[in-house]
Amino acid sequence: MHVIGAAGLASSVPAAALHAGWMDSKGFAPAPPSEDTVTPRGYATSFNNFYEFGTDKNDPAELGSRLTTEPWSLEVAGLVGKPGTYDIEDLLAGVDLEERIYRLRCVEAWSMVIPWVGFPLKTLLERFNPLGSAKYVAFTTLYRPEEMPGQRSYFSSIKYPYVEGLRLDEAYHPLAIMAVGMYGQVLPNQNGAPLRLVVPWKYGFKSIKSIVRIELTETRPRTTWNLTASNEYGFYANVNPTVHHPRWSQGSERRLPSSLFNGNRKISTRMYNGYDEVAGLYAGMNLRLNY
Amino acid sequence: MLVGWDVAVEIRSPGSVFGADPAEAIVVLLGTWTIRLLLITLSISTVARIFKRPKIVTLRRTVGLWTFVYACIHFSAYFTLLAEFSISAWLEDFSERTYITAGMAALMLLIPLAVTSTRNWQRRLGLRWRKLHTLIYPAAMAALLHVLWAAKASFLDVFIYGLALAILFGERIAVRIRRRAGRGAISR
Repeated sequence: MHVIGAAGLASSVPAAALHAGWMDSKGFAPAPPSEDTVTPRGYATSFNNFYEFGTDKNDPAELGSRLTTEPWSLEVAGLVGKPGTYDIEDLLAGVDLEERIYRLRCVEAWSMVIPWVGFPLKTLLERFNPLGSAKYVAFTTLYRPEEMPGQRSYFSSIKYPYVEGLRLDEAYHPLAIMAVGMYGQVLPNQNGAPLRLVVPWKYGFKSIKSIVRIELTETRPRTTWNLTASNEYGFYANVNPTVHHPRWSQGSERRLPSSLFNGNRKISTRMYNGYDEVAGLYAGMNLRLNY
Repeated sequence: MLVGWDVAVEIRSPGSVFGADPAEAIVVLLGTWTIRLLLITLSISTVARIFKRPKIVTLRRTVGLWTFVYACIHFSAYFTLLAEFSISAWLEDFSERTYITAGMAALMLLIPLAVTSTRNWQRRLGLRWRKLHTLIYPAAMAALLHVLWAAKASFLDVFIYGLALAILFGERIAVRIRRRAGRGAISR
């Protein structure tokens, strides 16, 4: 197993943050044992999509260390009682961090199991006093081409900055979290430091990384992959083995790391990625149309 | 050949060469070399014409056959490592995923070319052999579509391969036009 990215992590994160005491000071609670085998950290930090750094799976780990994550602030806008720009340390003050071991199902038909460190998205959103008219929440990734080479590419069909969004009731579901760490450590840059979304019942591209802006809106936000190829990537993007995709069979997935000849660990993909408790959010909806 | 070495190392120590998803990485790597070899095959006669080295055209058969070998290994790697020997998975891909349809079409078009690559077949087919071997052009187009439709959001590779193919096609068209013009001059 090769572990890339550890060096990048060390150089981009304050020593104090790496120290276990920082996690403990945030009331860090480890997760109960999971039925799934957790993916070894080296794979989760060296193989992922973060197109801002490049389209190869190892680009984020190799180029992510250039990203400056300090200082970091979050702009809060739209239908909230307390809009403004908040420093990340202020946002995390008084937040209890917990560990959540979630399956991550990429739309590309591979999956991993990752122990995230974070807190419910709802607790964050409620601090800004959302107005009654707010129906959706939109998230925006940092746009900084000088540190994110993928944003400078002439051969990319993606318009940056990357935007993702949720319906507000989805965002308030207890499974939806904001993550600041993984594997008991602060998030490496390639995995979306310092603040990212994790919505485990949706395809991975919904779990937007390195968030700098949150906006509450009345109308559905226009999200990046949906704008890039709307026939392939819907707004909802719930994991759904029955809705076929023009690129990948969504009926099964390859649990990574796979190995060449002693079993590729192909497993059946489950509705909502196995998180049936979210089904109520979509009661009465045609999931074939709202893919 | 280098791919073979990498695969050997990968089997000895998993994850060391191809990362978390060796199956996908190997299929893509083999495919990348297949289209490169196809473009190299097509460029041999162009290079021979431009640099007036007609002898290098004899290389074309060898490189062409290597292209076919890579295409076969690329498909086998897909079928064994990604489709996991499932005919139904392959048929679903073939019918629902346009990039797989295009890739299969390219492979199918290469089969008659590989079969008739011997001197015997060349003699047997005579003038028709030349005609048959123009199938390399639709094969190249299908291969380009395969790469284009497989691309998610990054089009640098497609751009380079497309540009190369456009140059190779353009040179052939130019040669034809010049020949036709030349013939016209003689008849006058």
